[in-house]
Amino acid sequence: MANLALEVGRTLQPEAVMFWILAPIAVAAALGMLFVKKAVHSALLLAWVMITLAIFYIAQDALFLGIVQVVVYTGAVMMLFLFILMLVGVDSSDSLVENIRGQRPASIVAAIGLGGLIISLISRATLGVETVGLQDANSAGNVQALAQALFTQYVWAFEVISALLITAALGAMVLAHSTSTKSRTAQRDQSIARFRGASLATAAGLPGSGVYARHNAVDVPALLPDGSPAPTSVSATLDARGDMLSSKPFELEAKEVEED
Amino acid sequence: MVTSSNLVFLIALPLFSAGLLLLLGRIADKWGHIFATLISASVFVIGLIEFFAMQGRDGEARAATQKIFEWISVGSFHVDASLLLDQLSICFVLLISGVGTLIHIYSIAYMSHDHDRRRFFAYLNLFIAAMLLLVLGDSYLNLYVGWEGVGLASYLLIGFWNQKPAYATAAKKAFVANRVGDVGLSLAIMIAFTQFGTVTFAGVKESASGASAGALTAIGAMLLLAAAGKSAQFPLQSWLGDAMAGPTPVSALIHAATMVTAGVYLITRSNFIFDASPTAQLMVVCVGAITLLFGALIGTAKDDIKKALAASTMSQIGYMILATGLGPVGYAFAIMHLLTHGFFKAGMFLGAGSVMHGMNDEVNMRRYGAIGKVMPITAATFGLGYLAILGVPPFAGFYSKDKIIETAFNAGGTEGILLGGATLLGAAITAFYMTRVIVLTFTGTKRWDENAHPHESPFLMWAPMAVLAVGSVASGFLLSSGSALVNWLQPVVNEHHEHHAEEFLPPMVVSAMALAVVALGVAFAVLKYRTVPIVAPENVSAFTKAARKDLYQDSFNEAVFMRPGQKLTSGLVRTDNKVIDGLVRMVGWVIQTCASSLRIIQNGYVRSYALIMVFGVLALVTAVWMVTL
Amino acid sequence: MDISNYIYLSALLFTIGAIGVVVRRNAIVVFMCVELMLNAANLAFVTFSRVHGNLDGQVASFFTMVVAACEVVVGLAIIVTIYRSRRSASVDDASLLKR
Repeated sequence: MANLALEVGRTLQPEAVMFWILAPIAVAAALGMLFVKKAVHSALLLAWVMITLAIFYIAQDALFLGIVQVVVYTGAVMMLFLFILMLVGVDSSDSLVENIRGQRPASIVAAIGLGGLIISLISRATLGVETVGLQDANSAGNVQALAQALFTQYVWAFEVISALLITAALGAMVLAHSTSTKSRTAQRDQSIARFRGASLATAAGLPGSGVYARHNAVDVPALLPDGSPAPTSVSATLDARGDMLSSKPFELEAKEVEED
Repeated sequence: MVTSSNLVFLIALPLFSAGLLLLLGRIADKWGHIFATLISASVFVIGLIEFFAMQGRDGEARAATQKIFEWISVGSFHVDASLLLDQLSICFVLLISGVGTLIHIYSIAYMSHDHDRRRFFAYLNLFIAAMLLLVLGDSYLNLYVGWEGVGLASYLLIGFWNQKPAYATAAKKAFVANRVGDVGLSLAIMIAFTQFGTVTFAGVKESASGASAGALTAIGAMLLLAAAGKSAQFPLQSWLGDAMAGPTPVSALIHAATMVTAGVYLITRSNFIFDASPTAQLMVVCVGAITLLFGALIGTAKDDIKKALAASTMSQIGYMILATGLGPVGYAFAIMHLLTHGFFKAGMFLGAGSVMHGMNDEVNMRRYGAIGKVMPITAATFGLGYLAILGVPPFAGFYSKDKIIETAFNAGGTEGILLGGATLLGAAITAFYMTRVIVLTFTGTKRWDENAHPHESPFLMWAPMAVLAVGSVASGFLLSSGSALVNWLQPVVNEHHEHHAEEFLPPMVVSAMALAVVALGVAFAVLKYRTVPIVAPENVSAFTKAARKDLYQDSFNEAVFMRPGQKLTSGLVRTDNKVIDGLVRMVGWVIQTCASSLRIIQNGYVRSYALIMVFGVLALVTAVWMVTL
Repeated sequence: MDISNYIYLSALLFTIGAIGVVVRRNAIVVFMCVELMLNAANLAFVTFSRVHGNLDGQVASFFTMVVAACEVVVGLAIIVTIYRSRRSASVDDASLLKR
């Protein structure tokens, strides 16, 4: 790095090796998030980036944050993402065809501009201090030191943020909660509806599907006493799917009956 | 000068009654007319009490005042709402309330079939209140309130049957013409205030002697304009003929006996201004002389009985105005003619109303004829009024009109001869057109519509006519015997006891001349109207055509004022639509155009907004980058 | 190796996250990109904490995580609600402001 670079000191060799292995992978994964079609893949790539970051945290003497990153972020938050993805439809792949005119070129310009400018700025920035390192600060242990800071200096912010968390939880419940507009139909209501219906033919309930020795018969209509098939005995879904079979092979032949 | 606490009731009573009848609405339909009449009568009684109280006092102390409240007090400008009842005012108070009461009584019968009779009586009482305020106000500003009030009452009553568009238009015409005069009055008040710092009669009178001739002439001219508007004098006379659209009692009360004479009152009341400005006086006599001939000429051609009488009113007020222009001597005669005219013209108008009442509201005299036989009382009262207006001795007009003619001659020099000639000519034409009215209406052959069944009017209608007829017979003699009215008014209008030293002609000669021309006019009319075609002949002289059209005054007004005014208005409307509205619309258009081009940015996509935010960050970072370079 | 490399990495990840927000249409992926940006910021915090030798950066990073968790919870609830009513998780479909 040039003289004007952020003069913050250098790291030990092992950390450099780790960085140069993990950092490109993290960047590649982040870039991959932009290009993969499926949201699930994006989520997995993000999880990977987060784990990389967790390793970086630990490498930089932020043990607690690294663990939290893995447990809370990668563990809880990303699982939440995946839950929602499942809820919305894990198969729903994102069409990558842009439909806002000029959005993509403008985005590329913004990306190069923003990235270039920030990196250029960082390269020109000076902090004026040598890297201190956290050996002193973490002397009593990272978690203890952090707890010390959180519950003394930052206790007010801590309380506020806890209130925020509770509020967010409540808000999410309110948002996600849906009240059904009508009460669920109970057995009693169904029974009443059947007797109030136009025809009393089905008042006793629909007939069960046909039960035959050669077939499990859920998709085969039952036969009525006169020998004709009863399509209502098969679930409407199967019928709509086209999976309803014919009951013809199972009908008794009339002549045989007469001969008996 | 004494203080009287009764004066306010003269105005408050009818005002209260008007408000009550208007506010109560239909509830008061049953008794409203009787209530209003009683109020009017009680006003007359109060007037009489004040009159007798006044007679009990000596000359200078006869006037009575009452301060009602302090009206305006701004810096050095103070106006009290206070009333002044002096010898001049009491004449008007008695005339207004007396004739007013008679006409109230008459209207009970005349308007009995009108379902809005209560409203009519409310307006009549409103008029009485306003007119009394006009004559009782002790300052020009108080007078102005009454002046506007009678204008309003006149407007409401002319347009009383405003369901007919022509009548509503007539009311508007009267209102607008009056407004021109009102502007004159307000200007006069403003000039008086700037010049004298006060608007009370007493204050202006005090300051007038030391004022510049120009200011006095300006005030006088503006007052004359006001008088011309209210009293239908040239050049603002055109509204009076159309004002006959109102019910006949209104024509009798407002447009013959009282309101139209307000101009005469105004000039007489302002005698100190006119006496100090010969130029203004000259203007007054000119207007009076022109109008008296103008009105008389119009009267010769009108077939509508009310319009003929209206033209006559215009002409007779011309006499009065002329008299007021003749200086201190003339005022008393103007007022005397005003009073006598109030009796005989109101009587004749009521007579005309009576005829119309019997003839299904027919007003065309060519459809009358021989009504005297079926309506003897109406004919008799009308005839007495006729003799009075002609100036036949010993009827009222003889005493008042001949005095005016005489005074006009006595003005001296060429002016005297011209004015005297004009008044004599006016008397001759008056004789002609009044005879024409009599001949066409009461004598000759029947020219009625088949549906007409003329009959004598009920008692309530002929009784007031009879009372007024008595007035037309006796009032002249009573008022002039021993110069009663002249002496009575002297403290107000002629403090210095002026009179013309030399007489141009002896009174007997003037009377003889007047009688001679009257006889000529009568004879000519009788000869000319031996036969009367039912439809007015078309092939008449240009002069008759002009007179039928009110001597083209309406056409002149329309061409000179109305059409350019309409053009100006429509031009302004166009300017408003195109320029002003155009500007406003352009602002809207600019905003709309900007908005619709900026709207494209708002495509509703969250990602676009996010990108814009990213560019914002980019701009920010760029700025930091530049700064730290 | 220079410690500033962590900062460069952080800047790169942040930029990639920002572009992801702008480019991807699936609301969940957009959300994940936001998470990526937050994580990138966290990395910078942790690195600066190390440079300065005190734990303020780590505390800030901790708070960021909590806020991120809140945001995820509420944001995903919103996505579920929108999905429930519109049968779509695409951010372009929720463009009612257009009309």
